[in-house]
Amino acid sequence: MSQASEENRPPVVTPVRVVIGLCLVAPFIAMLWVGSYAKTDPAFIGLPFFYWYQMAWVLISTALTVLAYRLWQRDQRARREGGAK
Amino acid sequence: MNDGVNGVALAVFILFFVLVTAMGFMAARWRKAENENSLDEWGLGGRSFGTWVTWFLLGGDLYTAYTFVAVPAAIYAAGAAGFFAVPYTILVYPLIFTFLPRLWSVSHKHGYVTTSDFVRGRFGSKGLSLAVAVTGILATMPYIALQLVGIQAVLDVMGVGGGENTNWFIKDLPLLIAFGVLAAYTYSSGLRAPALIAFVKDTLIYIVIAVAIIYIPIKLGGFADIFSSASDKFTEQGKGGLVPGDGGHWGYATLALGSALALFMYPHSITATLSSRSRDVIRRNTTILPLYSLMLGFLALLGFMAIAAGVKVENGQLAIPQLFENMFPDWFAGIAFAAIGIGALVPAAIMSIAAANLFTRNIYKDFIRPDATPAQETKVSKLVSLLVKVGALVFVLGMDKTVAINFQLLGGIWILQTFPSLVGGLFTRWFHRWALLGGWAVGMVYGTAAAYGVASPTQKHFGGSSAEIPGIGEIGYIGLTAFVLNVAVTVVLTFVLRAAKAPDGVDQTQPGDYTADAGDPGVKADLPPATAGSSH
Repeated sequence: MSQASEENRPPVVTPVRVVIGLCLVAPFIAMLWVGSYAKTDPAFIGLPFFYWYQMAWVLISTALTVLAYRLWQRDQRARREGGAK
Repeated sequence: MNDGVNGVALAVFILFFVLVTAMGFMAARWRKAENENSLDEWGLGGRSFGTWVTWFLLGGDLYTAYTFVAVPAAIYAAGAAGFFAVPYTILVYPLIFTFLPRLWSVSHKHGYVTTSDFVRGRFGSKGLSLAVAVTGILATMPYIALQLVGIQAVLDVMGVGGGENTNWFIKDLPLLIAFGVLAAYTYSSGLRAPALIAFVKDTLIYIVIAVAIIYIPIKLGGFADIFSSASDKFTEQGKGGLVPGDGGHWGYATLALGSALALFMYPHSITATLSSRSRDVIRRNTTILPLYSLMLGFLALLGFMAIAAGVKVENGQLAIPQLFENMFPDWFAGIAFAAIGIGALVPAAIMSIAAANLFTRNIYKDFIRPDATPAQETKVSKLVSLLVKVGALVFVLGMDKTVAINFQLLGGIWILQTFPSLVGGLFTRWFHRWALLGGWAVGMVYGTAAAYGVASPTQKHFGGSSAEIPGIGEIGYIGLTAFVLNVAVTVVLTFVLRAAKAPDGVDQTQPGDYTADAGDPGVKADLPPATAGSSH
C-alpha cells in the first residue's frame, strides 16, 4: 500500500473516506449526547429506555464499524490497483 | 457471608482451576518457535496470533475479574451512573480502528515490543520514553492487585476466605496458592499461557452470563419487576437512580470518553495487540470485539437483579458472587465462580508480562545495560514479571483494599496522559518531544491533585474520579480534564520550542512504516531474532 508510487497518488480525502469517517464518528455523537437518552420511557421487555438504547448502540456501532472496514478494504484494493498501473 | 464452606461449588471451582493450570504449563509447547529466548517469543507469543486467538486474548485481557465484580457493584450501589461502562466500550472500537493498525505496522517494522519503544524511536527521546514506561508500570501494578480483590470476593462467598479470627496465613492461603501457580506458568510459558487459558475463561463467562440473564429474571418475575424494586431502593436511599440526573450527564459522558481513550494506552492492551499476526487481524477484531460490550451490558444489569433478589452486602463487590450463590444450584455457582477466578488469572498474567516488558526494554536496556542480548532481556523480563506479581500480592495483603482501588483510579487518570505522545506520534511528528514531556507532567500533576481533593462519605481523599471541570462548572471525569490540559500545554510548548529552534530528536520511522503489513517487502512475516532487541 505504502509503496504505491508517489507521482500518481490519489487524493487523501475522497467521498468513500468521508463515509468511513462518519461511520466512526457517529457512535461518539450518539453516546456522548447523554441528554438524548437519559429517560426511562419507552421501555422494552421491562428494560428502561436508557439501558436498551445503549445496548442497541453496541449493535449499531458494530454494524457501522463493519461497514467502515469493508469500505476501507475496497478503498485500499482500488488504490493498490491504481498504484500498479 | 461465611455460612460455612460451599463444598460443591468449591469442588467445581478447584476442578477448573487445576484444568487451567495444566493448560498454562502446556502452553509453552503451543506453536513453539525455534528461538524461545527472545522477548518476541516470551512476551508477545511470537507475534503470531490470528483473529480468533487475538479476540479471546483481548477479551480475556480487557474484561477482567475486577470488571465482573466492580461494574455490577457500581450499579448495585448507584444505578445508572455505573452503566457508563457500556458507552465506554462502544467508543473504544471506532477509536482503535483508527490508530492501532498504525501502531502494529510501525512496531512490526522496527521490532518494538512496548509503546515506549515506539515513543523513543519516533521522538528520539529517552526521557519521554521513560515517562511513558514509568506511567505504564505505575498504572498496571494496582490493576494487577485488583485482580486479586476479584479472586478474594469469590473465595469469600464460597466460605474459604476465613472468618475474623482465622490466622492470616490460613485466610490468605488460597490466594497465595492461586498466585503462586499463576506466577509459575507465566514464567515458563509467557504470553502463550494466558492466550490459551483465555479460551476457557471467555467460554465460561459467556455461558454464565447467558444463563444468568435468562434464568435470574425468570426467577425474579421479569425485568419490569427488577427495575421497579431497584427504583424503590434508590428512592429510599436517596442516592442513585434508573437514569442519570441532569447534573450527571457531563460526568457520564466524560467518564465514558476518558476511559475509552485510556483503555488502549494500558500496556497490557498493547501487548495483546502487538501479538497479533497482521494489521488486518486488528481491524477485523474491532468488528467482533463488541460482542464483549454486549456481554458487559448484560453483566451490568446483574447489579439491578442483586437488588431485586434482596442481596444485602456491606461490601458491594460481594453483591454479584452472592447473587450467584443465592440464585444458582451449587454446581453452577461453582462454574460462575471459576469464571470470575480464571477471569482474574488471564489479565494478571498479561499485565505482569506487559509491565515486565516495559521495565526490560525501556529502563533496563535503555539505562542500565544497553548491550543486553535478547536472551538476557527475556531473562530479566521473566524475573520482573515475578517481582511485579509479588508486589501486587503485598499490596493487597499488606494494605487496605481501598488503597489498591484508589491507585487504580489514579492509574486510569495517569495512563491517559500518555495519549498525546503515543497516538499523537502515530499521526504526526509536529509535536516537540519536550513539549510532550511538559504536557504529560502537567496532566499527571493536575490529575493527581484533583483526585486527591475528591472526598466521599467514606474517604477524605480519592473519593471518586470526578470533579468540577474548571471553566465549565459541570462535574466531569478528572482524567479527561487533565488530558485536555495536557494537550493544550503540549501544543503551546511545541509552538514555543519550534520558534526557539530547540533541537528535535531523530525520527527512526518513515511514513511508509505506518501502513506496512506482514508480507510487504521489507516487513518479514516472521521477525528475525535480531530485531527483538539488539539492532535498536
